[in-house]
Amino acid sequence: MRYFLRRTMWLIFAIFVALTINFILPRLMPGDPAMIIINQLDGLQPQAIDSIRAAFGLETDKSIFVQYWDYLVNISQGDLGVSISHYPAKVWDVLAKALPWTIGLMGIATVLSFIFGTMLGIAIAWKRKSKVSDAILGLFLFIRSFPYFWFGLILVYFFAFKNPWFPLGGAHSISVTTADGWAYIKSIIYHGLLPGAVITISSLGYWMLTIRNNMINVLAEDYITVAKAKGLSINRIKNTYAARNAILPSISGFAMAFGFVIGGSLVTEMVFSYPGVGFMLFQAVQQQDYPLLQAIFLFITVGVLISNFIADILIMLLDPRIRDGAK
Amino acid sequence: MAENILEIKHLVAGYETRLGSLLAVDDLSFSLAKGEFIGIAGESGCGKSTLAYAIMSLLEDNGMIFSGEINFKGKNLVGLKKADLKKMRWDQMSMVFQSAMNALNPVLKISDQLVDVMQAHQKGISVKKARQKAAEMLELVDIPVDRLDAYPHQLSGGMKQRVMIAMAMILNPDLIIMDEPTTALDVVVQRNIIKKIEELRIKFDFSVIFITHDLSLLVEISDRLAIMYAGKIIEFGQAQRIYEQPEHPYTKGLMNSFPPLLGDLEEFGGIPGKPPDLLKPPAGCRFYPRCEKRMDICHQKMPDLINTGQERQTACYLYQGGHK
Amino acid sequence: MIKDMLKLFIENKKAMLGLIILSMFIIVAVFAPLIAPFEPKQREDAAGEFPLRSEPTSKHLLGTTHAGYDILSRLIYGTRLTLLVGMVTGIITTFVALALGLISGYFKGRVDDVISFVNSIFLVIPSLPLIIVVASYITIKGVLPIILVLSLTGWAWGARVIRSQVLSVSEREFVKVAEVLGENPFIIVFREILPNIISLVMATFFTSTLAAIIGEATLEFIGLGNVSAVTWGTMLYWAQNNAALLYNAWWWFLPPGLFIGLLGTSFALMNFAIDEISNPKIRKR
Repeated sequence: MRYFLRRTMWLIFAIFVALTINFILPRLMPGDPAMIIINQLDGLQPQAIDSIRAAFGLETDKSIFVQYWDYLVNISQGDLGVSISHYPAKVWDVLAKALPWTIGLMGIATVLSFIFGTMLGIAIAWKRKSKVSDAILGLFLFIRSFPYFWFGLILVYFFAFKNPWFPLGGAHSISVTTADGWAYIKSIIYHGLLPGAVITISSLGYWMLTIRNNMINVLAEDYITVAKAKGLSINRIKNTYAARNAILPSISGFAMAFGFVIGGSLVTEMVFSYPGVGFMLFQAVQQQDYPLLQAIFLFITVGVLISNFIADILIMLLDPRIRDGAK
Repeated sequence: MAENILEIKHLVAGYETRLGSLLAVDDLSFSLAKGEFIGIAGESGCGKSTLAYAIMSLLEDNGMIFSGEINFKGKNLVGLKKADLKKMRWDQMSMVFQSAMNALNPVLKISDQLVDVMQAHQKGISVKKARQKAAEMLELVDIPVDRLDAYPHQLSGGMKQRVMIAMAMILNPDLIIMDEPTTALDVVVQRNIIKKIEELRIKFDFSVIFITHDLSLLVEISDRLAIMYAGKIIEFGQAQRIYEQPEHPYTKGLMNSFPPLLGDLEEFGGIPGKPPDLLKPPAGCRFYPRCEKRMDICHQKMPDLINTGQERQTACYLYQGGHK
Repeated sequence: MIKDMLKLFIENKKAMLGLIILSMFIIVAVFAPLIAPFEPKQREDAAGEFPLRSEPTSKHLLGTTHAGYDILSRLIYGTRLTLLVGMVTGIITTFVALALGLISGYFKGRVDDVISFVNSIFLVIPSLPLIIVVASYITIKGVLPIILVLSLTGWAWGARVIRSQVLSVSEREFVKVAEVLGENPFIIVFREILPNIISLVMATFFTSTLAAIIGEATLEFIGLGNVSAVTWGTMLYWAQNNAALLYNAWWWFLPPGLFIGLLGTSFALMNFAIDEISNPKIRKR
């Protein structure tokens, strides 16, 4: 219980820090980016200018603390300002359209890659002397060294352009809408396969390598020798004795890896013009839509923090030592 | 003495390394009678743990038995089929490991770890029955039954080692190998555990091979004692007699030194120098470089382990007349 | 200690392979003017202007870009800046991680609390979005901002693992002895502790360089770098912006990515080798 409380406090605190970084960042930048942008974007509506001024702390009549307070109040009311590129739409409304796509695609792909990567890692650690294990390990060391977006480009080139088996991009074909029901869902799945495969395959190596190394460490433990000496079945040794212990550090190592994996996934969306948060981030960068850019950063960060929190809870359920606060 | 339960003949075991074969156990022979308690003592790295693992057929990866025989109840375990080995191991011969902390799976309850060994060997046994047996075993080693569903980290170091002893006894084996079972514990707990082992052994009549670097621990409870140095037994005989009258200079050194209570020390207080590199053992007696009483002959040929008295063997030229 | 380490490293097959790949890239980078058929920003020669969007020909082995640059020459010259940014970022990141890890692990106390705290914040904040936001605010586009941004966000993991290793090494006997003898703490850190964590420092360097190479390419691909610089990342940026894919110009977008991956693999291999060497359990005996 103390562990749970600690993790909850940490979650709240980390979100608070993310909010603060988000607030400070534009105010830290050298020069005066806000004015440059306002000047760059001729004919900007006054409300958009206000939005930028607020975002950059150009409301010079207010002290920084007042600005900070206003910022927190605004965010708590779901007010993230006005988007420049989608003017006069509110940032929150723009973002809300992209979120489900990203959560759907990235969520499924990440869970799949974690499951497959973990299973594969367990398998190659168990049979670590075989040539096949070595080959799999080498293959994923290689794949892991490529930027996701390039891997995406290659798949698009070969499986969408050269051989038009899959669509080049987008989340569903333009001809179907929610009204089409099953056809709409089918189209979504069809469009999600290729980007999903990129994210799954590219991030799989991470989970696989982590669990493999954990697994090899665990396999050298005395309790594995005891399990063998006791005459337990291979499956019980592999799963209940080795893998269950090897997965624990893997889940707590989720924090770092997930932040990295999500970065790659965002760029994958750009390659596939997938209408999620990553593609929107790309557009925001290109159109210098700073209010939107910051909102996206905030959302991704909060998303990662919440995923970490879930991992923390999961590990509490799986590790009796953590439940008792003994570790 | 009754019939021999275990006969080891010319056992050579060790590890295949990048730099060649390391013979941690080099041409070693001894036998163990039913119900007997043999103590094996030596510095860390003398091969005593490798011997334990070899008898249990637990040498893995680069570890292996190079040659020799391990006859257990008349059957040679070297080259035995895996399936037969699996059936026999723990059922007739089990082991208590050095560190109970590492020998128990941290994410499984004690009960699960006691029950699964029964389920693996007694097909079709019900969980209820297995748990009942597990509870009985815990009682035997003085652990309250309400700790049956505890996780390892909820028990003290001494309790964990008792659980391991219960686990080793649960199938009522004929032989239990104990590989430094008390090393990680403090002195009082050590005493209690040793007493418990002795009590249980008398009650259930199993044989014990007890391995330690702490010679003083062995003298009281062993029937016979083997002193190991650099992969070889250099002195063997009745515990009390060796204690009163050590022959080999190394044994004398061991007697005079007070080994640390916790963990191994690379160098024993009483004997300067370090054990030899087993990848390149010295040509003659392996103790030659550290021996106070070395002679010319000693570095030419390893002395054989020969009888020096009644049921007493020593591998030292000091006791092989004519060379003095 | 360090010598043994290097010896094992050289003997390790994976490390050797990684080292060979890396050396080849270094040779290409150093001798780029000798190897490349043209200058990276050259659009014409005595025979006249280069064709635009040319397919591979005997003169332009990998074709030309939309602006008439020779792709092979750009690829070869691109090795220079790509490698430089990756390695410099790797070195800075490792240095920051090492300094913070040593301070926090050896001196403990308040300093450690503060550093560890900042560290755990940096660990959970997803780096790429942070990098993108920071990079997009920086109005001067170029190599230096990329190096700074990548090092600023990349040190956390290294600092964490170095700290915990330093903590355990500083409990070892020889450190305690030096302390009892009243040795200067900085001398203890550099003479007693540093040599014992050298493999971890090397591993940190390899992983952060690998991350930096991918991070650099990603930033440039999005257009957050200096798009007129010649690197593999900007090559991909131009290829993407000129729809190389839809023109079937695989010779434009395939090679730069392959090179990024190969360079990354060389660091991944060396990192893996270090793991094998320093962790005897992972090592295949």
